[in-house]
Amino acid sequence: MATDDVAKTEAPGPALTDAELRAAAPEVLATNLSEYLKAWGQRIRNGESGALPVLAGLVGIVIFFQLEQGQFLSSQNLVDLLVEAAIFIMFGAAEAFVLLLSEIDLSIGFGAGFGAFIVCELIAPPDNLPWWIGVLGGLAVMAVVGFVQGSLITRLGLPSFIVTLGGYLGLQGLMLMVAGESRSSVGGVININSNSPIYKLVNSHMSTTLGWIVMAVVVAAFGAAQLLRARSRRANGLAAAPLGVTILTIGLAAVGGIVLLLICNSNQSLGVIAIEGVPWVIPFVMLVLAFYSWLLGRTRTGRYIYAIGANPEAARRAGINVKRIVTFCFVMSSVTAGLAGVIYASNQGSMSTDIDGGQYVLFAVAAAVIGGTSLFGGRGKMWNALLGGIIIATVYNGLALMTVGTDVDYMVTAVVLVAAVTLDSLVRRRAIAR
Amino acid sequence: MSTEQNELLTLRGVRKSFGPVQALDQISFSAPAGKVTALLGDNGAGKSVTIKTIAGLWQPDEGEILWRGQPVQIHGPRASEALGITTIYQDLALCDNLDIVQNMFLGHEELRHHMLDEAKMEIAARKTLKELSVTTVRSIRQPVASLSGGQRQSVAVAKAVMSDAQLVIMDEPTAALGVAQTGMVLELVKTLAGRGIAVIIVSHNLNDVFEVADRIVILYLGRAVAEGPASEFDRQSAVDYMTTGASRRAA
Repeated sequence: MATDDVAKTEAPGPALTDAELRAAAPEVLATNLSEYLKAWGQRIRNGESGALPVLAGLVGIVIFFQLEQGQFLSSQNLVDLLVEAAIFIMFGAAEAFVLLLSEIDLSIGFGAGFGAFIVCELIAPPDNLPWWIGVLGGLAVMAVVGFVQGSLITRLGLPSFIVTLGGYLGLQGLMLMVAGESRSSVGGVININSNSPIYKLVNSHMSTTLGWIVMAVVVAAFGAAQLLRARSRRANGLAAAPLGVTILTIGLAAVGGIVLLLICNSNQSLGVIAIEGVPWVIPFVMLVLAFYSWLLGRTRTGRYIYAIGANPEAARRAGINVKRIVTFCFVMSSVTAGLAGVIYASNQGSMSTDIDGGQYVLFAVAAAVIGGTSLFGGRGKMWNALLGGIIIATVYNGLALMTVGTDVDYMVTAVVLVAAVTLDSLVRRRAIAR
Repeated sequence: MSTEQNELLTLRGVRKSFGPVQALDQISFSAPAGKVTALLGDNGAGKSVTIKTIAGLWQPDEGEILWRGQPVQIHGPRASEALGITTIYQDLALCDNLDIVQNMFLGHEELRHHMLDEAKMEIAARKTLKELSVTTVRSIRQPVASLSGGQRQSVAVAKAVMSDAQLVIMDEPTAALGVAQTGMVLELVKTLAGRGIAVIIVSHNLNDVFEVADRIVILYLGRAVAEGPASEFDRQSAVDYMTTGASRRAA
């Protein structure tokens, strides 16, 4: 009976139509691996290549920098790059929450600075509070910041662009004020004790063995979850991704994990004492992304975020409390910016007013958009920030190796941002021109 | 009047004016369960105001609305929905980026352990679509952006059925559709009525109306000038009522 149902509602009809190919993911349409690959190929020919051009761009950038600077692909530099990427990824994830609603948050750069200052102030002398109280305190303050901005946008109907532009300036001011009033800062700098877990987040590594174990467990858990989900769907008589596709996905995850471990577990030190292992910040960022991904994909709140991003009127008519969800997203954006600020401070070993919140917010938008989150709302995934963040970190890391000046830095920022938005706009235009 | 116990929805002497403009002037008609009632009328006849009043967007100035024979106040879209009335406007209110199942359950998602129960929703959605004989979609996990106009209309209807609607109001459901798609939607309308649901269909298109309607109500300048079984009308009398408010041919 169940299989009969499938046959009736989901019988593979004639060739896939263009509209279907454009809008539907191949795994939705395909029933086996070869069909999947065929659907995928057709999508690429139709210009729906997803992350492929971005990945190709990344490979191009990597080759360019490696030819320019031989040490680019050294494990020491790659680990540096990944740590820098962690900051951009967090910023990209923060921005993704509001981009999905086709809103924008310009405040997150200095929000990160403000939040990190509060964390550092709380854990530094004379307060010397435990690190987790510091983090909770900083994030709580950021949640309030997001709540205020979100409420202004939803309750008063103000444009997010203006409200968060106010936040950009206001939070920069607050950050300078905290730095100025701080009892622990010296010349606007608060140092982080090197025994603090916040310092260790970036500067301490998992042992090589632990790294392999964690990676193996994560990949195994991911694989098991995928296979079990497919099996339970089949048991319910529902269409599931072809087994070949699932195995391919798991294989790619394993390869990614192994490459990451090989890079991180080789000696990253230029000196005599070897430094090996995955910096803690990498699993931390993955964990946050996995949680956000779960939130967007498996909960009502996440479903409503996508619905509002595509059609707020439909969401309202479906009885969704649109204002509450939008405010929630601004809270998440600010809190995630606070996490980015903590990683930034950990990377610096201190928190200073030098943080360039203006540039970070542009990179936040770029990281999210390059990864495939649309500025126009309703389209994108949290994992997209991973790809976007790595690309931006690659560009920055390479430029730093080439010791270019601030002038070039700013121009590259501009080009990266505009290129990302152009790509998004082209994809959207193609989607509309059906 | 004695038949009103059998009517699902009855409007009795409903008046509504916007400032000096009398939009509805003594509208009375009823929509029985399991029947398709067509609301016909030229532009400005009051069709939109009538359905928006039933949907709770506007309150009548005078007159009453009876639901299962009992007078009711429909204070808003929520109240209308709570009674079991679903209105499908021309924009359909679908989210293009969500798939068919997600759209059908939007705002009423099934949960298990605080998480979306996708399997349960997909099974229920598939069952409903099958009952409505909507079988042309390739996969119910396709985003609705990839569907044709008729398929999108079907999803909107299935969404209404999913929410246990007793009365489905459809505003110009075939306005933007081609011939084959129109046929598909009209079949769907008949299927809905066959399930015992009262359907009110607003249309300009006489072909469509005569194909599916059991009853016809004709509005002219805010008044219901004719109401009766579809068999009592023909194209000419319907056009006469729509354009002049009266017909020489009518009995």
